This record gives sequence, C-alpha cells and structure tokens, in this order.
Amino acid sequence: MTATLRLLGMGWWLQMKTRSRDPFDGILNIIYPLIFATTVFMMFREGGDESALITAAVGASVMGVWSAVATSAAGSLQNERRQGTLELLVAAPAPFPLLVVPMTLAMATLGLYSLVATLLWGRIVFQIPISIDQPLVFAAAAIVTAAGISLMGFLLAVTAVRYRAAWALGTALEFPIWIVCGFLIPVATLPEWVQPISWILPPTWGVAAIQDAAFGGTPWVNIAICLGLSAVYGVIGALLAGRLVNAARTHATLALT
Amino acid sequence: MTSLRIFFLGGWTSYRALFGWLSPWILIPTFIIGPVLQIVFFALVGRTAGVGDDTFFLIGNAIQYASIPCLFAMGNTIGGERYSQTLSLLLASPARRVPLFLGRSLPVIVNGLLCSLIALVLGSLVLRVTIPVSAIPMLVVAVTVAAFSCTGLGLAIAALGLRVRDVAVLSNIVMGVLLVFCGVNVALTAMPDWMAAIGNSLPLTHGIEAARATVAGASAADVSGLIVTEVAIGSAYLALGLLMLAYFERESRRSATLDLA
Repeated sequence: MTATLRLLGMGWWLQMKTRSRDPFDGILNIIYPLIFATTVFMMFREGGDESALITAAVGASVMGVWSAVATSAAGSLQNERRQGTLELLVAAPAPFPLLVVPMTLAMATLGLYSLVATLLWGRIVFQIPISIDQPLVFAAAAIVTAAGISLMGFLLAVTAVRYRAAWALGTALEFPIWIVCGFLIPVATLPEWVQPISWILPPTWGVAAIQDAAFGGTPWVNIAICLGLSAVYGVIGALLAGRLVNAARTHATLALT
Repeated sequence: MTSLRIFFLGGWTSYRALFGWLSPWILIPTFIIGPVLQIVFFALVGRTAGVGDDTFFLIGNAIQYASIPCLFAMGNTIGGERYSQTLSLLLASPARRVPLFLGRSLPVIVNGLLCSLIALVLGSLVLRVTIPVSAIPMLVVAVTVAAFSCTGLGLAIAALGLRVRDVAVLSNIVMGVLLVFCGVNVALTAMPDWMAAIGNSLPLTHGIEAARATVAGASAADVSGLIVTEVAIGSAYLALGLLMLAYFERESRRSATLDLA
C-alpha cells in the first residue's frame, strides 16, 4: 500500500514538473480557460440575472479542469509511444495503470489552478460577488471533482491508445462534456435522452457538489456519487489497460498504432 | 509566369504537405464535429443566460471557426518547414517571397470557407435555424472575406514562427482573442468601448456583422461597407505578415538562427 501511494505520489510530482513547463499544458492551461470564462461572464452579465451569473462563475471554473485533461489525456500514451518511452512504461515492474493515472492526475491538478484563477478572474475583473458558503467543503468537492475528471481522462487515455490522432478525439470531447455535465447549462434543461448520459459522468455530480458547497446546500451525497463513479471509471480503465498490454505483447504491436 | 506557378502549384503542394497527416480521423472531429459542438454549446449557454438567439450564435461561431484552419495552417507554414528541416532550403531558394507565401494562403482560405459553410449548414440543421435562400450568396461572400482576413492574421503568426517555437500555442491564444473580442457570442454594442475598439481592428468582426445583417434581411449594398472594411483589415494583416517575414528572415540569416527558435 505504501509503495503504491509512493509510486502514485512520485509519478504525480514528476508529471507535474514536466507538464507545468510544457507550453501546451502550462501556458495554454493558464490562458485558455480564462478566454472561455470571459465570454461566458460577458454573456451572463448581458443577460442581467446576477444570481445566474454567480452560478455560471462557479460552473465555468470547473470547465478549465476538463480542458486541462481532455486533449492531453487522449494523446498522452501516443506521446509516450512517439518518445519511445511506452515500452519502458509497459516493461516496468509496476502495474501499468499506476504509471498512467499520475499523468492524468497531474493534468487535473494543473486544471485546479484554472478553477481558482477563473473564480479570481470573475471576482476581480468582472466584480462578480462570489462568496463560498462552505470553503473547506468546497475545496473537498473541487478535489473530488478533479480526481473524477482525472480518472475519466485515464479511461480516455487507455481507450484512445490505438488511435493515432487521439488528441483530436480529446479536443472533440471538450464541448460535449461542458454541455452535458451541467457546468453552465442545467442538466434538467437538456433533452431527456441526454440526461442519463449526464448522470453516468462524475463531473456532473462533482459540479453539483461544488455548487452546493458554494451556495449553502448539502453536497455530501453528490460527492459520494462522484467518488463512486470515479472509482468505476478507474476500475474499467485498469481492466482495459491490462487487456491492452496483453494484446500488444501477444501481437508485438506496442510500438505501432 | 514563374511567380504564378509558385503561387498556385507551390501553394497547393505546401497545403498537401501540411495536411498530409490530416486523415479523416482528424479532419472530421476538427473541421466538422468541433464547430457544430461549439455552436450548440454557446447557443445553449445563450438560452440559459437569456441573451441572443440561436441565429446569432450560429453565425458568430460558424464564422469564427474559420480561424482554426486560417490561423493554425498558416502558423504552421514556418513551424512545419522547420520541423521537417526544409526551412533553410525554402528560404535559400531564389523564389520571390510574395507569391511563395501568398500562394500558401489561398488553399487555407478555401479550407476556412468550407469549414465555416459546413458548420453553418450542420449548425442550422441541429438548431433548426432557417437561413433565407436569398441571403446565401452574400453570406458566402461574408464568410469568404472573413476567412481571407483571418488568413492575413495567420500569415503574421507564421512570421512569428521564425522567432517563436510554439506557434500552435500562440495560434490557440489568438483564436481565443478572436472569440472574445470579435462579437462572436457577445455583440460589440454590449462590450466596453475599449473592447469594441480592439474588436473593430481584428479580422472576423466585420465579416460576422455583415453575415448577421445579411441573414436579417439587409441587401448587398447595405453590407458592402462592412465587407470592404473586412477586406481592408485582412489586407493590412497580410501586408504586415509579409513585412514581418522579410524582417525576421533577414534577422535570422544575420544571426544564423534560422533553424532555431
């Protein structure tokens, strides 16, 4: 157990150091969420409903976490293959999933920066009167949401490993998750056939928990559901990763796409 | 004659090389699914916020999406040559620079135009927005000039590729600036004056305005001023890009940094 936690911790820290220095994961993750947040704030300000603007500010802050994970996670194993390090990861004595999860955890952690930055951007630049009712619970909900998004990213990374243009898949998934997970658009207003899709995605519950924590609700059930769904995504990702490695070893296709 | 050959054949060859990697697996998510999802996202946010209507977001976002090929493809003109180690060969050639680089912009403009038109068609189907048939010719003109002016900006970014290593990051940031300032999702009249002033000096703004006016029933004469302004802005960025290319090329030769950034 200690060794596993150490592996996850060291992997996360190594990935954090690498990715925070990369222009795409670093600089772009700082600026990109603020661009969309600015547009959204201006739209809601134009709408004139102050309470909707505050709710949108909280929702928009989570958008950046998914942005930080979607494209990067989808292309992460493809990048390892291009660098010639995928074989080393697979050949390592540590379980393969425990080497991939820190990658997406680091991406989501960098995304947490954008969560804070978006809230500050809204408060300082747009003077949105955001007050967090339960700050500690809010922080816990944000961390759980980021963990959920990172495990979704893990599943995406594993699923897209044989897709040469995986980054394009990740980019294409950015808007759908923003739409269906209730970041800005209430799930209840989406078409009925879309709502079950929202319910099986951890960020839906994570965002609801964050909003509950911010506005005085009871977020614990939403946090628990987010954690449970995240665990399911993690397990499915780990099982898929195992099958992937076995198939690649059997067919000698690990370095190929 | 040689300049014409460089303009057309050189531009086409460069475009094919640039998008040689562009399989349907990239083309469909990037140029077809992506813009439609952006349109739907902002239309739904607009409904939630109680601003605009679906037509407003359809036109703004469909035309803004022309910036993807126009900025990224032009931006890669230099970066891609450096990556494939052909930049020195390209700039050592005696070919005149104006047809060489302008030729590369022509297929990109067509790409941007098609991207926006497909987004308009699919977006209008998804959102059930009806565009009057009589508005279509002028709408195509507005989209074309918007793609042209955006390509001018893309050429300026391409020139920066002689100095900056991560042109893709720069293109992403510029694309975001266009999204915020060009009246894509928030009308310029609802912006602070300084933002509207910036928007008025950028590509896309007048093209989007012309397209919206056309769909609302304005005649060609009514929007001709906007179209001319958009062409003028695009030409200014194109000229700026060519000047920057000439300057950075000269500086790169002088300091022997052509293959560095």
